[in-house]
Amino acid sequence: MEKIVLPDIENFHQLDVYLQNGGYDAAKLAYSQTPDQIIDTVKKSGLRGRGGAAFSAGLKWSFMPKGNEKPKYLCVNGDESEPGSFKDRQILEKNPHQLIEGVLIACYAIGAKAAYIYVRGEYHKWINLLQKALDDAYEKGFVGERMKETFSNDFICDIYVHKGAGAYICGEESALMNSIEGKRGYPRVKPPFPAQNGLWGNPTTINNVETITNVPMIIKKGWEWFAAIGEPKHPGTILFGVSGHVNNPGVFELPSGTLLTDIIYKYAGGVIGDKKIKCVIPGGSSMPPLRGDQLEGVKMDAESLKAVGSAIGTGGIMVMDEDTDLVKILARIAKFYYHESCGQCTPCREGTGWMLKILNRLVRGEGTKKDVDLLVTIAKNIEGNTVCALGDAAAWPVKFMIERFREEFDAIVKDDVSLEPKNKVHSMRVTANPIAPVQI
Amino acid sequence: MEFKFSEESLQKIEQIIKKYPVKRAAVMPVLYVAQAQNGWISKEVMLETASVLDMNAEDVFGVATFYTMYHKKEPGKFHIQVCTNVSCMLRGGYQIYDAVKAKLGLNNGEVSDDMKFSLEEVECMGSCGTAPMIAVNEDYFENLDKEKALQILDSLN
Repeated sequence: MEKIVLPDIENFHQLDVYLQNGGYDAAKLAYSQTPDQIIDTVKKSGLRGRGGAAFSAGLKWSFMPKGNEKPKYLCVNGDESEPGSFKDRQILEKNPHQLIEGVLIACYAIGAKAAYIYVRGEYHKWINLLQKALDDAYEKGFVGERMKETFSNDFICDIYVHKGAGAYICGEESALMNSIEGKRGYPRVKPPFPAQNGLWGNPTTINNVETITNVPMIIKKGWEWFAAIGEPKHPGTILFGVSGHVNNPGVFELPSGTLLTDIIYKYAGGVIGDKKIKCVIPGGSSMPPLRGDQLEGVKMDAESLKAVGSAIGTGGIMVMDEDTDLVKILARIAKFYYHESCGQCTPCREGTGWMLKILNRLVRGEGTKKDVDLLVTIAKNIEGNTVCALGDAAAWPVKFMIERFREEFDAIVKDDVSLEPKNKVHSMRVTANPIAPVQI
Repeated sequence: MEFKFSEESLQKIEQIIKKYPVKRAAVMPVLYVAQAQNGWISKEVMLETASVLDMNAEDVFGVATFYTMYHKKEPGKFHIQVCTNVSCMLRGGYQIYDAVKAKLGLNNGEVSDDMKFSLEEVECMGSCGTAPMIAVNEDYFENLDKEKALQILDSLN
């Protein structure tokens, strides 16, 4: 199977090795076409965003206004903070030049003169690797002023790396833009969408690192080639990051639509100790979990996962064996979202805290049946009622974990305590302010 | 405590500002420069950052307090970060966290008296495929178990 994003070539991260293997040829090819042709090619290839929403990349680019009244920007999202997701870091380490080349092509297609690659702050090592690659590319004239000579074209583009500082929410596109602007990472209300009103109020496109890294190969080999890989509705390869109770965790680049069971048993080496699987989260911790008995025949692409009641997310597959305490796992997931909620919208800010408190109560063995129902109620009241998708991301695991593993929760809860007051003689008001009987 | 950017830092800041069309956008990288120089982000650091970038002090305060990687109090020489999120938890993240807590005698967010160690329970660091992990300052240590994690602590000087 041919790999697109992480080819098995030694030292591919070095510029000379990349050039020996046809590096930056795709950019040359792209600059001989018009921006509209590039957008059309990417649209036809069927490339869908790899950051979670799986939106058509070409379509997103086509939303950018034509003309040059305002500067335009490209942001590349390498915030990668979704628990269970660790794919972009492989690209930064093993194939940074293809990312840079993808940025150059995307900027040309949308008419951006500057691009910001936003990488999470914890990735010090990988930021340095990317910066090194970028410096090399600048030095050889593939980026910046000297592009004119290198590619014999008028197009110039600068690429900058922006380092995050430990906020999950900055993976949300509008929070990411606020963060680049030097503000708190608060998501913005949409509309206006970034293509109209993005970085500093200018038209902006935001793509995931993996999405952009796919672009040079699509330009080089044509959209027909790309569209024929994997599932027709979500073509290409996907970086699947497998973690948890498997023998051989790691990132595997496989065609979309690969069977989930194949990924777990063939590539990730099966479950430790040959245990049964209780639960799999197929796309990073915010995606609805699947039961162990639901996995047979499940294909890993956006449409197939939607059909079984989950989502592809970032392709971070978390495997939990039969001995896992799912209530504890859910409490840990809830803790994450409580910590990472930016605090802008009340349902998310308060709701995540309430869910965590209740789940901790369940973990301590002090929960009741009503608590479990209450969790679902809170989750449903967060979902869809917030500015950004973090609310949904916090609500889904709770809602679906309880829906699909209700027996786990029922097994540890106590019977409901009656909330009826035991002494019904006086209401609070009467005891607090006794009205003396009037004596005549 | 008085804080002024060093010559070297000011040169870095000048380069950083060039990357953005608006000066304010440099605040995050500049706070990193300040943290590298001072070790942590004190009130004085925020005020100085504000004056260098022509920003309101409140805005700098807002940014510095929003992002967890800016230390709002002085961390130890070795800032130990233990991931306990799901992928690490499934492979023993909490055992490591408990062992590290016991060994250092510290709770989450505390600093040892000799300022050598500080401890932080962190959210997912993107090491799920090499879990469990700890990070010491900027370096990742992956594929750990309890013993290996304690050995790493012993090796820090």
